Amino acid sequence: MDFLNTLAGWIATDLRLATPLLLAGLGLVIMNRAGILNIGAEGTMLIATLMAVVGSYYSGSVWIGMLFAMVSGALVGFLFSLLTVTLRANQVVVGAAINILGSGLSATLFRILFGVSSNVPLIDVFQPLNIPILGDIPFFGTAFFQQMPVVYIAFLMVPMVSYYLFRTQSGLNLRAVGENPKAADTLGISVYRTQYAAIVIGSMIIAMGGAFMSTGLTKFFSEEMVSGRGFIALAAVIFGRYKPRGVMFAAIVFMAGTVTANTLLASSSQIPYQFLTMLPYILTVIVLATFARSAIAPASLGKPYKRG
Amino acid sequence: MANVLEMKNIYKIFPGVVANADVNLEVRKGEVHTLLGENGAGKSTLMNCLCGLYRPTSGDIYIDGKQVEFSSAKGAMAMGIGMVHQHFMLIPTMTVTENILIGSKDYGAIRLDLKTAANKIAALAEQYHMNIDPNAKVGDLSVGARQRVEIIKALFRGARILILDEPTAVLTPQETAELFLMIRSLTKNGFSVLFISHKLNEVKEISDRVTVLRQGRTFGTYDIGECDACDLARLMVGRDINFTIERKEQGDTRGILTIENLSLDCEGGKKTLDEVSLTVHAGEILGIAGVDGNGQSELVECLTGLRKAGSGKASFRNMDLLSSSTRTIMSNGVSHIPQDRQKTGLVMQMTLAENIILQDYYRPAFGKGGMISRRSVEEYSDRLIHDFGVKTPGREELAQNLSGGNQQKVIIAREISRKPELLIAMHPTRGLDVGAIEYIHKKIMEERDAGTGVLLVSTEIEEIMKLSDRVAVMYEGRVMGIVRPAETTVQELGLMMGGMRQGDVNCRADQQAVADEILQNDIPAE
Amino acid sequence: MKRQIPSQARRALSPAPNSKGADILRQMLVSVSAIVIALLLGMGLISLMKISPVKAFSALIEGAFSSKNALSETLVKLTPLLFTGISYALASRCGLTNLGMEGQMYIGALFSSYVGINVSGLPPILHVLLCIAAGFVGGGLWCLIAGALKVWFGASEIIVTVMLNTVAIYLIEFMVTSGPMLEPPGTVTGQSSPILDSARLATLIPGTRSHWGFILGLICIFLFWLFLWKSKKGYEVRVSGYNLQAAAYSGIDTKKNILLVTFLAGGVAGLAGVSEVLGVQGRLYALFSPGYGFDGIAVALIGMNSPIGIIVGALLFGAFRAGGNRMQMRAQVPDAIVSVIQAFVIIAVVASQMLLEIWNEHRLKKQQESKEA
Repeated sequence: MDFLNTLAGWIATDLRLATPLLLAGLGLVIMNRAGILNIGAEGTMLIATLMAVVGSYYSGSVWIGMLFAMVSGALVGFLFSLLTVTLRANQVVVGAAINILGSGLSATLFRILFGVSSNVPLIDVFQPLNIPILGDIPFFGTAFFQQMPVVYIAFLMVPMVSYYLFRTQSGLNLRAVGENPKAADTLGISVYRTQYAAIVIGSMIIAMGGAFMSTGLTKFFSEEMVSGRGFIALAAVIFGRYKPRGVMFAAIVFMAGTVTANTLLASSSQIPYQFLTMLPYILTVIVLATFARSAIAPASLGKPYKRG
Repeated sequence: MANVLEMKNIYKIFPGVVANADVNLEVRKGEVHTLLGENGAGKSTLMNCLCGLYRPTSGDIYIDGKQVEFSSAKGAMAMGIGMVHQHFMLIPTMTVTENILIGSKDYGAIRLDLKTAANKIAALAEQYHMNIDPNAKVGDLSVGARQRVEIIKALFRGARILILDEPTAVLTPQETAELFLMIRSLTKNGFSVLFISHKLNEVKEISDRVTVLRQGRTFGTYDIGECDACDLARLMVGRDINFTIERKEQGDTRGILTIENLSLDCEGGKKTLDEVSLTVHAGEILGIAGVDGNGQSELVECLTGLRKAGSGKASFRNMDLLSSSTRTIMSNGVSHIPQDRQKTGLVMQMTLAENIILQDYYRPAFGKGGMISRRSVEEYSDRLIHDFGVKTPGREELAQNLSGGNQQKVIIAREISRKPELLIAMHPTRGLDVGAIEYIHKKIMEERDAGTGVLLVSTEIEEIMKLSDRVAVMYEGRVMGIVRPAETTVQELGLMMGGMRQGDVNCRADQQAVADEILQNDIPAE
Repeated sequence: MKRQIPSQARRALSPAPNSKGADILRQMLVSVSAIVIALLLGMGLISLMKISPVKAFSALIEGAFSSKNALSETLVKLTPLLFTGISYALASRCGLTNLGMEGQMYIGALFSSYVGINVSGLPPILHVLLCIAAGFVGGGLWCLIAGALKVWFGASEIIVTVMLNTVAIYLIEFMVTSGPMLEPPGTVTGQSSPILDSARLATLIPGTRSHWGFILGLICIFLFWLFLWKSKKGYEVRVSGYNLQAAAYSGIDTKKNILLVTFLAGGVAGLAGVSEVLGVQGRLYALFSPGYGFDGIAVALIGMNSPIGIIVGALLFGAFRAGGNRMQMRAQVPDAIVSVIQAFVIIAVVASQMLLEIWNEHRLKKQQESKEA
């Protein structure tokens, strides 16, 4: 029984830790499918972590914090679209700039708003939501149904994004833009508008992931707290072969490494945790090399589209 | 029969080029109407105007007698015009149904009703004798099947006038037969088909009427019953050509390039090169004529080490070209004037000096020990710029800032100054003005007279006739025949370019006269 | 055609704004105005904090240039940026995107500190040279992974280099916390033993932290220029970077060049780690870099991938990093604002370059139309 309890706790932790990664991954899938390569998820998330704390601090409601974060995500996305879609700037360079911006801006604003005192203000954060009946089932309840609301939302978004991309007209048009923008254009689809929408909405979802880190996983902001999750999300998308369910699977697997590492660390095992944490990145490089020739990525990913 | 489409007095002017001038076209309901013309005759421009990709500079388009105007592909589609491009606009990772539904509005506001759409596609396919599985992934389909998907895509969107741009270029004979079956059942059901092709027997077989375009103008519309392949060839190629250029007798005539049974497969089982055998002698210009895309580029790529050939032999002096690298070939007496000066001939962002040494920078003459000697590069490039009269402020100018003619001069200067024994020139004058063309022709003739063997690939018949000692015509990867310009007629060349040989059809002598007369009367007065 | 046109007349005939010099001038103008715009935006942000931007910037300039110490601190901060800037620029010139300078720097530091700690008995100069070589090879091999995966499997070097950053950072963290590089008694974790004195880089300005790594950086700038613009291999690299097809037509082995350039670019980035370990830190620490690798992107971008430009870019951001501290103390402006301004610079540079390109296209179209009329 004790083992089952540990396992349930382990699963619950894994899902919770996977949530920011999953949200960022879903946002990236939407963009990638529209042909946009955004390596700026890390920076987008960092700004969102701070904005969620700010919103929650001033309004007293963590949901307002989430809204703040999403608005910040939308603004970052708009900036990214303006540069990469309208001006056709190199998406990788702009993404790198967004990362630098995110790290600098979040730290600057944080120090201005909250000073450098070590007193951490109490803010409203997400609380676990025990789903009636389901949450009381032994083992399954602990593992799956005593999570924070954002966790449920994130996992519910997997089928939703999947449905949108593969079962709706708008999703089909978006994928066409990512595969062959010229063909989409001749069929009357506005490539620019589609990409703008994908970037802005995708960035908002990425921002949700950031917000959950500072108001769910932890209870406040700290500098560089995203610590590379934006890059793992990038990895998760490739590992998940640009499909929402694949991203979910990748997020859970990648985080399982971290959770195990933490558990092992606690029991002072001999395996250095660094190796488990670097595993997602190594796996991604292997996947990238294995599937690079089999064209799983959208065909015009990262290429700016020029009309006429 | 009523005209379903009329294009009247269409002009399309691009910066520097008049692509269409006073073009008139009438297409009847239920007919297959062929648009015939050489490369650059203005067929593609006209069709792009019709399917909304270009907007005509002036002129009117009528559909069912009503004047229409549109400025996008979508607008043209709404008028019932569907275009099947030579290069398919399909997404290989999606299914047939998904491809057809991209950008549509009628299959569900939110949820896409793939099932209904698939059923409709299957029904359409069956009605017009097309074998298509709506749920197959496009990437898994053969080239012929992809073309059917494009046709269904157009029909699905309500096209009544179908434009097929060189549809048989990528098809095997069986697939072509299937396509024609399909076209017949479409016209029987009231659709009209605009067919663009240069293959004379196909034109003869499938069309009801044919409109000939030449140099951007309509030359005339004819019932197919009134003319045979000889007439068509004559009409397509047109004008007689004067051979005014003086040429020295060939002195040394050993063969320096020998190609034997060179073959190359491409996807879809169709051969890109089919048993090509040619010889280029020293001091000779061998012209290769033919409509674009009949294997000329691939032939040159095989000879220059840029592409692996399937089978056969090609030797230059005693070197096996097919197993040698580009560097080995180019450094042993071969020069190459590539077909696209901006994409492959020059590095547009680099200076003239840097472009001039592109084929020779590694030689000790330009520096020893892995370093480039600035002085020798400067001297060499200044000399070439001067000798070939390249108009530029200096060798430090970027290639992109030169006019097209001067860019080409830089390439000619570079390649000729390498003192080749074999010069491969592809479309050396494409897109240039008369002065530059004259100059380049002169330089190529000088090379020939100096004993260089020249392989000249061009789609301009005049250029081929004027420069070549012998002319080989390529069609679908095969050499249709080798003739001497003085001993052939334009009609014969036209027939070969369209896939026939002189012996295949009997051209009556009076046809020649009639066609000549038409030509005389129709030379546009400048 | 034969008639010689006097050179002056020829120059007058040519469209003046299109010459190579004017192109470079226009590019420089773009970079400078982009920096100005970025600085103005940064000032705006500072005034939003209700702090005088003049006060903040004068503190920054003071912290970067006002004294021997300040100047040497700027030298210390700009040195690694020279290396990472060259690294990004070299890859760019070959048409590649290297985002892995951070990781290559860590691996370079690892290799050179290993040699610096464990190889003893060498005369100082030889030991230093050996450390430099080791660091170069380390960083080079790390980046070569991306090059090889691109050549053999077609994997995008952009994503691979990004992924390898984190792997490298964790690898170094392991090495100095529980791995073989941990200082033997195991009292302080997170650092290696100090490197031997014979491997330390000498001080450049006595009494300051500045070190000979700066000179090494300048040498690399010179070699970067020599390689790309004076050597035959460098010529090949630039041709492939501009136009892969033309390179193939000229018989250039582009794949071999990708391997060579990824190795060299990684190696130079590795030298950033070498100079930090041998010149500043004296041992290998986990997380010793504040992001010098990523800064290299901005440095190369505003420097237009050119030798002098990279020096200017490195000076700018080095001064920012050096003066940031003083600005934080004097004017209460968090030094993280330096990153914000840096991001603004990148954005402003790419935006104005693209605007220039779009404007050029527009102008060409206009020209052709007017010729038509």
